[in-house]
Amino acid sequence: MSDATADPRYRRKPPKRPLRLSWADERVRGIVWQIVVVGIVGSIIWWLWSNTVHNLEVRRIATGFGFLQREAGLPIAESVIRYDPTDTYLRALTVGVLNTLKVSLIGIVLATILGTLIGIARLSKNYLVAKLAAFYVEVIRDLPLLLQLLFWYTIMQGFPGPRQALNPVEGVFLSNRGLKFPALVWESAHTAALLAFLAGIVLTWLYARAARARQMADGQPRKVWPAAVALLIGLPLLVWQVMGAPWQIDWPALRGFNFQGGMTMSPEYAALLIGLVTYTAGFIAEVVRAGILSVNQGQWEAAQALGLRHGQVLRLIVMPQALRVIIPPMTSNYLNLTKNSSLAVAIGYQDIVSIANTTLNQTGQAIEGIAIIMMVYLTISLSISLFMNWYNAKIALVER
Amino acid sequence: MRKPARPFLRRVLGAAALATVVTMPALAQQPAPAAGTSPTLDAIRARGTLICGVNTGLAGFAQPDSQGVWRGFDVDYCRAVAIALFNDPERVRFVPTTAQNRFTALQSGEVDMLSRNTTWTLSRDTSLGFDFTGINFYDGQGFMVKASLGVRTARELDGATICVQPGTTTEQNLTDWARSNRINFRPVVIERLEEVVQAYLSGRCDAYTTDVSGLAATRSVQPRPADHVILPDVISKEPLGPLVRHGDQRFADLLRWIHFGLLTAEELGVTSQNVQQMLNDNRPDVQRLLGRTGGLGQMLGVDNAFMVNIVSRLGNYGQMFERNLTPIGIQRGPNALWTTPGGLQYAPPFR
Repeated sequence: MSDATADPRYRRKPPKRPLRLSWADERVRGIVWQIVVVGIVGSIIWWLWSNTVHNLEVRRIATGFGFLQREAGLPIAESVIRYDPTDTYLRALTVGVLNTLKVSLIGIVLATILGTLIGIARLSKNYLVAKLAAFYVEVIRDLPLLLQLLFWYTIMQGFPGPRQALNPVEGVFLSNRGLKFPALVWESAHTAALLAFLAGIVLTWLYARAARARQMADGQPRKVWPAAVALLIGLPLLVWQVMGAPWQIDWPALRGFNFQGGMTMSPEYAALLIGLVTYTAGFIAEVVRAGILSVNQGQWEAAQALGLRHGQVLRLIVMPQALRVIIPPMTSNYLNLTKNSSLAVAIGYQDIVSIANTTLNQTGQAIEGIAIIMMVYLTISLSISLFMNWYNAKIALVER
Repeated sequence: MRKPARPFLRRVLGAAALATVVTMPALAQQPAPAAGTSPTLDAIRARGTLICGVNTGLAGFAQPDSQGVWRGFDVDYCRAVAIALFNDPERVRFVPTTAQNRFTALQSGEVDMLSRNTTWTLSRDTSLGFDFTGINFYDGQGFMVKASLGVRTARELDGATICVQPGTTTEQNLTDWARSNRINFRPVVIERLEEVVQAYLSGRCDAYTTDVSGLAATRSVQPRPADHVILPDVISKEPLGPLVRHGDQRFADLLRWIHFGLLTAEELGVTSQNVQQMLNDNRPDVQRLLGRTGGLGQMLGVDNAFMVNIVSRLGNYGQMFERNLTPIGIQRGPNALWTTPGGLQYAPPFR
């Protein structure tokens, strides 16, 4: 089936010919040239490698990855996992990778939502909404991201100090130390409720599939949402209730220099996230607009003529065709957002680049440090690409 | 045949590109220096200019003035080397380096030497592949807070947010100090000096930590320096000095003895004003310092009168200190000559 959309030039196999050992044979020429190119490239790599190793030896610069097991002694401001300066460089770098993922993944989700809304707004029939969306896209796209990040960071620093913190809602404080909000004291009942929620997702999906199968059999559409509500909300609540319904809140309070307790969103993280999301959303908006415009008006009319409701037209007719246009450039935007997160260095958010830079400076092992940074970005980017390509293949139009 | 070959070729080319990038900081191939020769000195002489890595802009140590001329204590050491080699303080190209890229710049040969507030540590001397040529400034790490905060000692900083630059010993000293004093702090780690100072000034951090000399330099350029207090606690030893690549002993010797020469000049009372008269002074150590006897310059591979040229243009160690560092409020303290109580600056015999 997927062959149907493949490049037609390769559909028919060329006729088989025996290989002639002659320069006139196109295939022999091809093989020779490839050997020559591989040879040249190989010797360049060998030369670069041996040159580097030789010079490192002459200057007695340490090499290898042994430093990863040494004590780091770096202070790290925020970390997803427990980190202490007595931990190893390996753990410090892991913290950096997780910080990069934390800002990239949340950024991708938020940028997609914001970008889609702006893309749709730009197509609105309301003149004001459409022009505002167009203005947003033009302004955001035309300013360098680094400048925008510094702008957001300066705004974050402009909030009052902790002793004069803004207190819009009980327990929420906004100051130049970040956003402080109350946190739930996590207990096993909450983990159980979370697991129940995940189970609810699976059950809802199974239920929806069964409902669809029965609709196929007798043509009667069946409501799925009551079961979905029961499984997604009722089930976790029930589990939580059974396990004693623990509900203890950790309120932030001002003690000494700063707030203690509760959860914090640091100004550095907030500035980076806001900067990345608003910037990337400008590009995503254009991608979404292009996708929607690529679907012919006739498709809407034809679907409506068949008696499909508005939501069904969008879900069954328009979106599959629009997504075909949207997904590939969307992948590029996701990759850009992830890579742009390395600008975090400028505003003091400790991502992998920041921590690896410090590491290579402390240990002097620049080549290893840069190699680690490259491997991390390569892995993250390839994972995003693989996932998006899989999704693209899944939603690709099936031509029959 | 062709079709499957393509992705393979692409993979090979991709790998080549990757390898090129990995080895980009690749160091130009140089043979191991034989005893008695100096590849760095040869390169500088052939080029006609010394390339000196300095700070990106730190008042008193290295900062371009309003005409774009580099000035400062560290800058003077670069100029001293240029005078020794070419008898011309202008034959230096200054390369501003950040705390993070300075070592790669020196390792890769982008600069000939670093004169950039760099702390002498064991690992930098060994596994980073450098040689420190002496200590021209004894420093220590301290804290600066806003006077309005009412903090008197560093021990009162428990729970504070502290601004620090990455990639320096400062960062590690801070965690060591917090650990041994059981102090909790939140770090804000920003690379560029201007940004980290801005974060401190805006109130993002309660305190800013770096070497006391750096704190004094930062404080001196604030509109109201009295609004900021440098706490009396000094939490580390920071011996600063110029450094070169490991394995080029002759170049290291030259830098080492320029520093000792500057100290000796101060000790003997040779200044930029009186150096010409001192040429006729018949004290033997003055005669040796100024190259009248002993042929010491030649042993270092430079002109015998190199200290005359340096002192007449830049002054002795004390004059360099007064010109650059006294205006920003730094006392001589441990950087006084050993003949003064509390002074640590001591030069081996110049003979």
